[in-house]
Amino acid sequence: MIKKLSKLVKSFTLSELRTGLKITAKELVNKKITVQFPEERTPISPRFRGLHALRRYPNGEERCIACKLCEAVCPANAITIESEMRDDGTRRTTMYDIDLFKCIFCGFCEEACPVDAIVETQIFDYAFESRQGSIMTKKRLLEVGSENTQVINQTKFEDAKYK
Amino acid sequence: MELWQAFVQMVHTLIPWLDGTVANILIILIKAIVLVMPLMLVVAYFTYAERKVIGYMQLRIGPNRVGPKGWLQPIADALKLMTKEIIFPTKANIYLFLLAPVLAITPAIAVWAVIPFDEGIYVTNLDISLLYVLAIGSIGVYGIILAGWASNSKYPLLGALRSASLLVSYEIVIGFALVTVVMIAGSVNLNTIVQAQQGGIAHWYFIPLFPMMIIFFISALVETNRAPFDVVEGESEIVGGTHIEYSGMTFAVFFLAEYANMILMATLAVVMFFGGWHSPFEGIPYLQAVFAWVPGIIWLLAKTSFFMFLYLWVRATFPRFRYDQIMHLSWKVFLPITIIWIFVVALMTQFQLAPWF
Repeated sequence: MIKKLSKLVKSFTLSELRTGLKITAKELVNKKITVQFPEERTPISPRFRGLHALRRYPNGEERCIACKLCEAVCPANAITIESEMRDDGTRRTTMYDIDLFKCIFCGFCEEACPVDAIVETQIFDYAFESRQGSIMTKKRLLEVGSENTQVINQTKFEDAKYK
Repeated sequence: MELWQAFVQMVHTLIPWLDGTVANILIILIKAIVLVMPLMLVVAYFTYAERKVIGYMQLRIGPNRVGPKGWLQPIADALKLMTKEIIFPTKANIYLFLLAPVLAITPAIAVWAVIPFDEGIYVTNLDISLLYVLAIGSIGVYGIILAGWASNSKYPLLGALRSASLLVSYEIVIGFALVTVVMIAGSVNLNTIVQAQQGGIAHWYFIPLFPMMIIFFISALVETNRAPFDVVEGESEIVGGTHIEYSGMTFAVFFLAEYANMILMATLAVVMFFGGWHSPFEGIPYLQAVFAWVPGIIWLLAKTSFFMFLYLWVRATFPRFRYDQIMHLSWKVFLPITIIWIFVVALMTQFQLAPWF
């Protein structure tokens, strides 16, 4: 009886509705948690696996020696490599393609690489305008590498002690 | 007011044909434009306010990309809706399909003709303005029902049926709730009702009619198909209700009608229960003098915007009611309360309870 009565009083005074309204009113003036993406960015781990890049040695020589370990380890078969002997007798790639549609960004290529040539950068907001654009050719990979040399060096250095 | 009188005089002297009939029609037209243009603007920015307020209540920021702080968002929305294609369903009845939005918006705007904005500021002073509001307001549902029928599609039909039964249930409740106001004010003229509430907050009708005020507001939520009673649209249940088959400008017109109705209901709540254009500081010795310069229309708009905010606040807070629960609320809770309160008000009137009678 008492229980019923108190329930009745509760529902007629709209007490629970007022509790809900109070909560939303409080949130109205609270600090907002939205991150305004292009202007603001959330912090990214140095171990983040984004767009790929091919690195060069400080003297400008490309690191990749066309050992094809990355091609072999790639679980998605995203990497295609062709190689030739260069005039100076070293083995270099003539083609190094990564199909971004196939790539699953597992980072195995980076781990397999004996000379730290192929790396994954922190770039994640890239886009392409044609289906052809999904293929990262050797030229584009090297470009990404040279444009972001400093960031790549920094993040790889930070992550090195945990490897 | 003198300025307006002078303007009317001027129009009459400039256009003297047909004993001033042409001039009168012109003046009515001007009044209508002066009323409708700001209304549409308020509707546009009400949608912006809705997105902002609900965003803030959900710890988001809301629209802030178009123009400074997103101020141009409603204009961008309007442009988008205007340039979009209107798609006619193959099996729809095109005449009814196009008539439905017209039937929805016409009453939503026509009702504003009798709303008193300030002492002597209105489009027409009808003696039965409250009845007019109720009568024209209920025609608006024909638009929704017709939209549901003309779309020739299952979900719109379900939405239309829901809308029809909701209207039947809640129109009665709103009617009874407003009967109590009429009993106290002794008039169905909105102007007289507001004038009867003169003399400070203590004289406003929300004090003797507090339960009626709550019931009126909740019923207004149902009447305007607003959350938490938006079962007519009910995105999660019937996809989009009567709006499914509408696109582009036809949809925009429904949207305008819905928001115009919301603003109307907020204004009506203020006129009925919160003293319309009267200042809340009336009768308080010092403050009355300080705020004497504020025109009545500002007070009306301020109170109305509070109720408009309440709409958004409620929407951000409560989940949607189940359909049968809304029916239960109307017939088994609100209707008995309103009828009981009519008796209570009758007793109050009988014993001349000050300061309202």
